[in-house]
Amino acid sequence: MDRVSTKQQAAMPIEFKLNGNTVVGRPDETIIECARRHGVEIPHLCYTPGLRPDGNCRACMVEVKGERVLAPSCCRGPSEGMEVTSDSPRARASQKMVLELLLADMPAQAYRRDSELARWVEKLGVGAPRFAARAQPGADLSHPAIAVRLDACIQCTRCLRACREAQVNDVIGYAQRGEHSKIVFDFDDPMGASSCVACGECVQACPTGALMPAREWGLAAIDRTVDSVCPFCGVGCLLTYHVKGNRIAFVTGQDGPSNHGRLCVKGRYGFDYAHHPHRLTKPLIRKPGVAKDPERAVAPQDWDAVFMEASWDEALAVAARGLREIRERHGAGALAGFGSAKGSNEEAYLFQKLVRTGFGSNNVDHCTRLCHASSVAALLEGIGSGAVSNQVNDVANAELIFVIGANPTSNHPVAATWMKNAAQRGAKLIVADPRRTDLARHATHFLQFTPDTDVALLNAMIHTIVDEGLVNEAFVRDRTSGYEALKANAKAFAPEKMAPICGIPAQTIREVARLYATSKGSMIFWGMGISQHVHGTDNARCLIALALMTGQIGRPGTGLHPLRGQNNVQGASDSGLIPMVFPDYQRVDNPEANARFEKLWGVALDRKPGLTVVEIINAAYDRAIKGMYIMGENPAMSDPDVAHARAALARLDHLVVQDIFLTETAALADVVLPATAWPEKVGTVTNTDRMVQLGRKALEPPGEAREDLWIVNALARGLGLDWKYNHPRQVFDEMRRCMDSIAGITWERLERDASVTYPCPNEGDPGEPVVFREVFPTATGRAKFVPADLIPAAEHPDTEYPMVLITGRQLEHWHTGAITRRSGVLDAIEPEPTALVHPLDLAAAGARPGEVISVASRRGKISLYARADEGTPRGCVFVPFAYYEAAANLLTNPVLDPFGKIPEFKYCAVKLERGGPRPADPGYGKGSALAAIEG
Amino acid sequence: MLSEESLKKIEREIAKYPPDQKQSAVMAALIIAQDEKGWLATETLDSVAQLLGMAPVAVYEVATFYNMYNRAPTGRYKLTICTCLPCGLQGSLDAADHLKDRLGIGFNETTPDGRFTLKEGECMGACAMAPVVLVNNKRMCDAMSKERLDALIDELRESA
Repeated sequence: MDRVSTKQQAAMPIEFKLNGNTVVGRPDETIIECARRHGVEIPHLCYTPGLRPDGNCRACMVEVKGERVLAPSCCRGPSEGMEVTSDSPRARASQKMVLELLLADMPAQAYRRDSELARWVEKLGVGAPRFAARAQPGADLSHPAIAVRLDACIQCTRCLRACREAQVNDVIGYAQRGEHSKIVFDFDDPMGASSCVACGECVQACPTGALMPAREWGLAAIDRTVDSVCPFCGVGCLLTYHVKGNRIAFVTGQDGPSNHGRLCVKGRYGFDYAHHPHRLTKPLIRKPGVAKDPERAVAPQDWDAVFMEASWDEALAVAARGLREIRERHGAGALAGFGSAKGSNEEAYLFQKLVRTGFGSNNVDHCTRLCHASSVAALLEGIGSGAVSNQVNDVANAELIFVIGANPTSNHPVAATWMKNAAQRGAKLIVADPRRTDLARHATHFLQFTPDTDVALLNAMIHTIVDEGLVNEAFVRDRTSGYEALKANAKAFAPEKMAPICGIPAQTIREVARLYATSKGSMIFWGMGISQHVHGTDNARCLIALALMTGQIGRPGTGLHPLRGQNNVQGASDSGLIPMVFPDYQRVDNPEANARFEKLWGVALDRKPGLTVVEIINAAYDRAIKGMYIMGENPAMSDPDVAHARAALARLDHLVVQDIFLTETAALADVVLPATAWPEKVGTVTNTDRMVQLGRKALEPPGEAREDLWIVNALARGLGLDWKYNHPRQVFDEMRRCMDSIAGITWERLERDASVTYPCPNEGDPGEPVVFREVFPTATGRAKFVPADLIPAAEHPDTEYPMVLITGRQLEHWHTGAITRRSGVLDAIEPEPTALVHPLDLAAAGARPGEVISVASRRGKISLYARADEGTPRGCVFVPFAYYEAAANLLTNPVLDPFGKIPEFKYCAVKLERGGPRPADPGYGKGSALAAIEG
Repeated sequence: MLSEESLKKIEREIAKYPPDQKQSAVMAALIIAQDEKGWLATETLDSVAQLLGMAPVAVYEVATFYNMYNRAPTGRYKLTICTCLPCGLQGSLDAADHLKDRLGIGFNETTPDGRFTLKEGECMGACAMAPVVLVNNKRMCDAMSKERLDALIDELRESA
């Protein structure tokens, strides 16, 4: 007989007896898991699939023949010939005793409708407990999202494992000893005062209701559940809406491919913006004679000072007429459209089709221009595809993870959990960022480099790899071109020379470069810290060069991953909401592509690439663009030098805005069309991992608000287009005809699987999580090195403006805050604008944390509350841009990266002073949302 | 912040374990920190967590599990008397009552002059020599009859 290898043995089935029946177990499963597969239920409380078995509750004890004591079936694996009984009198007596003891401590009132303890008590027929109850602790209702009632706690530590092992937030502990043992948050702080980030993973894990959604939503009788996708970031977590009436009661994570049940605070608690009273419910038309005031937005509750309600017919007629007249009088070039990465693929596709065929130009863009345009430019140039090469949870296969210019714990929280899990398992995590963010705590190497010196740092790594002979020569020879130019360019960037520039010791640069080059699999993740610079494209080129020269691409656990921001920024870009390309990145100035779309759409198309976001705004300011249609974007908050952007929007002859709230942009509109929130419609979105995922309708829209797709259709008809799309399915089918990457994805499959990864060219293809295995999608099949030189930021600190402003996002608030500041929990956690400043800089300005400080640049001045943050480097201020009353973009510099046309949001010169007016009240946010929604 | 000397001592403890298992030094580090500060304030736990690369809550779990760590300031002399069963059977409960009488305080209380704190302790591994009293975690006094307890209190009262 052949010998069996250890590996084979580890995969051999195990035959054993369970309750008298012969069953076959796997070596990688426990008895309880095997029993579940065979339809045998064993009581359990501390065990739950997805978390490490802990074996502390002893409710799952089984009898094993020949063994003196009972065994916990959640921790014990089967072995050949074993005889296990879970329903013998001895096992049952033990299980019931555990349940009875725990039941004795339960409060009379249940905190959830489906307590697992109550369920097992009923199943096993446990009677009234014979034991005295413990002294019960009081409730902790200090947190806006989560109610803590430890009287229902059975100390199973599922919450602790969810917090510390799944999400790795390290807030929940199990402290004290003996009868005093208890679940604590930080150092036994009230939950609301602890460092809890409210991901709610503990609530989802709690079997008894000791941790529950606040305000008794967990007790609501649910009418139906709807499986959908999270509408916030690019991670694309699948979730389930639990709906009562026409209201979402709470949200749970679904076992989706990118999240496996995990969610963050936005996904789990940020859904109620859909119920905010500020929702637009009727079309609005600007009152005759009311001027557009770019200086002051209309407070949402005072809408009737500026607008009057109109019927849909009336509003659509005015909207279309205005656009039509401009087209006829001034030509196609006088119109432009901003679509949105927050909408569905189908909406994005129809929107760009409307602009291209209805307006007649390519002046269509969206917020990708403000986030990853430079990354996409570099990726298209270097490897022929703007999408990620590997999916986030491929970090499980990586030996090294390099995160640069990204703050995933705030901006891609669930993606960050996979990175933290990988770090805990022993993968090397290298975090490079001017700001020390939460992820740095888990890093093996943290490189706090000087802002604006990305290229210096990365070229020094490239230099090291060349210098120390770590280049993957075979990969460079077989798969790439242009290496000699990179090598020649790298000569000048010795780490020893770059160290004083980027602030990282040469030795560290060399060490990190060596680790990256030589690991079995190295993955690179980056965010806006890389892209939002005048040298954003160069930054990305360096990262691409690193991956190519070391061959760290094209295999599992390697590759390049620009973390996409919006839930559908990948999909909106794929769908052609970009001025230079049609859907699937087919260039408008490529005659072949042009012919393809002219044939498909049946109209002549403009061959000239259109203007980008900032260029359109500038053209509007110069009155070259006279009319705009904006769907779900808020350039009056998101654009750089936003005072200029607002003035530009106010100068338009005709502005049509389609949104769910009266945003700062909508306040400058001539016609406002009330649209639907994400849970009110059907559509697909594409996440950062290239997964096309289906969002389903859970709610009816309020009042006369209409589905976005319906509105785009109606407006198209008003512009003379003969459109008859009744359902997103029809749009998606048309998209498949012109987008090879998704040609194989059918609507039926999306309805069945909810998530399909592209490229998926043929029906039935599984989709490719890892791409570029053999070739790159370029003309030659080779990737191209593009060397980068040092280009300084457009504006450097000087004596007048001595500090550097870095803008960005924070965990609770999304983009311009239009929806998150109207979400009860998110607004309650972060109600006011804050600036993060190093404590020593704050002290130097004579200010204390919590005081109002003023931050001014050459373009504007804001005042907001100071927050001391040791992670912010000396000489820098970090300001989230979500707050109207202290809009960071009043300060930012509208200079553009020459290739990606992305503005330099991450660097401009400012000065900081103590004092200033308290941030004003924009009519929403400020901690008012919870009361506005829940009354 | 901990003193240079304490930090040096903690470094020595950390060096006893592999570099990726620094947290193994947590108990020793907490002892050193408490020796310097007298008790373990939140900031002290935080700095130990930072030194060892641990989650602060994990340090808190350890600090609250073992009752030789002080989570609040104590008197100058912390007297811990073992009240576990073997000691209890050999008179430690009486001895505890005597201490309470003499000092005028109960368990977990401090005398108004700040000199003494009384604590109930767990097995100190000296059951044969009950009753056992521990002074400031370091000095073990065994066979503590009333006379010997009085002598101890007098000695500590008079000490500088």
